[in-house]
Amino acid sequence: MTADLGNNPSKRTGRLLALVLACATVALISMGTVWPNQSGSGVADPNAQLIASSSSPEAAVDSLLDQVARRDWNSAYELLGNKGEFTETDFVRDLTGAYGSLRSYASLDRFDTQSLHASSDQAQIRAHMLWSSVVGTFEDSRDLKVVRNGSHWQVAWPLVKEAVVPPQVIPVNYLRWDVIYRGAQDDWGAQDVEAPHVRIVAMHPVDRAGEVIIMGEILNEDVVPAFVTVKATLLDKKGSAIATEDSFDKISHVLLPKQVSPFRIDFRNVSMSQVDSVRMQPASNLVPASADPVIGIESQKLAPVPDASLSGQLVNQGGQVVNVAHVIATFYDGSGQIVWVADQYPSRALLPQTPVPFLISLPADVSAKARTYRTIATTYISSRFQ
Amino acid sequence: MRQAIPFLLAVAMWTSSAMAQSSSLQFPASIEAGTAFSVPTSGSGPATLYIVGPGDALQRKFQLGESIAFGADDLHNAGHYLAILAAGSSTQSTQFDVVASRQPAALSFLAKPSRLPVNLPNGVSGVAYIFDVFGNLVLQPQQVSFELSDESGAEQTRTADSHDGVAWVRMNSASKAGSARFQASDANVRATRIVQEVPGEPCAIHMMATPATGQRVLLQTEPVRDCNGNPVPDGTIVTFTETYAGRQSTVDVPLKRGIAQTELPAQAGALISAASGVVLGNEIRWSAR
Repeated sequence: MTADLGNNPSKRTGRLLALVLACATVALISMGTVWPNQSGSGVADPNAQLIASSSSPEAAVDSLLDQVARRDWNSAYELLGNKGEFTETDFVRDLTGAYGSLRSYASLDRFDTQSLHASSDQAQIRAHMLWSSVVGTFEDSRDLKVVRNGSHWQVAWPLVKEAVVPPQVIPVNYLRWDVIYRGAQDDWGAQDVEAPHVRIVAMHPVDRAGEVIIMGEILNEDVVPAFVTVKATLLDKKGSAIATEDSFDKISHVLLPKQVSPFRIDFRNVSMSQVDSVRMQPASNLVPASADPVIGIESQKLAPVPDASLSGQLVNQGGQVVNVAHVIATFYDGSGQIVWVADQYPSRALLPQTPVPFLISLPADVSAKARTYRTIATTYISSRFQ
Repeated sequence: MRQAIPFLLAVAMWTSSAMAQSSSLQFPASIEAGTAFSVPTSGSGPATLYIVGPGDALQRKFQLGESIAFGADDLHNAGHYLAILAAGSSTQSTQFDVVASRQPAALSFLAKPSRLPVNLPNGVSGVAYIFDVFGNLVLQPQQVSFELSDESGAEQTRTADSHDGVAWVRMNSASKAGSARFQASDANVRATRIVQEVPGEPCAIHMMATPATGQRVLLQTEPVRDCNGNPVPDGTIVTFTETYAGRQSTVDVPLKRGIAQTELPAQAGALISAASGVVLGNEIRWSAR
């Protein structure tokens, strides 16, 4: 049995280390209080306690966007310098959208700011907001005018007024397919409705950044609507499966007769050198479907680098509000081969006859190859699921 | 006394064996399903008959020397059966077959596909399985006739002999779209299926363009038909594409009442085209008016 008399050298070293850590902690807390973080980026934490500051243009913008991230619309609206130009309802509608659009269910994930111009009583700051939604993230960029008001700064919010369709009656001849399947009581020889005939009309695998991407197009060659999926299996030289994936949301799952959809299947952590062949498995089911609404994709333009993108406008030609739209574009090179498939979910709802912009970003190398493109739009209407 | 026990057991076994031998089990080698029959027995004393077959197991208690009667519904599943007679400690077994009735009572008719394009040679297949009243496959050759009649009344008829209970044919789809009746019949038994004969690919798409309100152009196709003159079904997508000054507008429009119609921005010099699936239509160069 041994007794610890307190003069052990290792114990003395531990006490010294604890003292140093305590001093360092106090010093760092003091530095953080006296010189707070001045970088122009923020992580939106809805649970964070707000320390409202408007001592500088950047701080005023940060405070405002913090409140937006917390969905504390009233506090955010109170921080604005141009409240007289619009109501709080208009402000909230600008940020959260309307008609159950993608914005309605999104939250501000993070933001960063960039000072464009500053003077003693006025500044221009670009705010990049990254919103997270059920289908991924989307960006919203606003140039904010910040003006000095006495000792503090206030943001003049550039309101984007969402279009409002006046009350009216829009006559539409809807076309719809309903399906009656065979029943459990039917004889085993009794017919069932035939699954739609679909065909892959193009397929192109590429090796990109160490992963295999399979892109292609699928055609519904039948006279009835089809719910389609495309599954791909990568096989090695021995014919063994390396990986299996499906196109998930990089496809229009409901195809009307003679409609073509692009598809894209990403295999992460698989390189092309491992792959000997690919087994494609298109599948289709007959489903009830509606032929409406028709979506026009207008004024599409391919922009070159540095802002390589495909932009355009979606126009809902029907009379029903489309809550969420999905744009999928196929890009072809000069020989007509598919070089890329990309998509975007516009954050605003599609109101009848009201254009909504979309923008699909392209990698620079793809932009250099892309000569032509083909775009389709799919729609999600909440009332159909009720 | 202990030495006498094996002797007594041997005598008992011999006696029971002799009794079993005296009770013979004489099933017919083959019985048609659904027929009544009886099996005579000989000997005396109580006995139990067990019959085990596909989907059936029977137990009958009777007195040896009597006939065992089977009703029309007792043995109806076709297949191979085993009969075991147990009398006292002895058993005797025999095997026999139950075969399907010669009289067809039902057809299971598979017509594939249930939907196909018009004018497709050998596009429809019909397979008929012939069953008796008990659901046994009738293995004796039967002549089955198949008849495919379209909405205009035109008929194709073929006959086929069944092999092992199955008869099949291939038929052509008609040139006129509509619901075709596909019927298989054997004696007085028939089964009918409906085959949808649908229009094929659009043969030609012809589009017209006229000015619309608000700097828009109204695009409308003529009624779209396949190469046999059948109207292409409503809902079929026609894609309109307009290209101008490095920009492009597209819209996928379903046919309604045979035509596709939409509006796109009116751009002077724009090239407008229409297509459906892999079929291309005409092109229009739009000039400002």
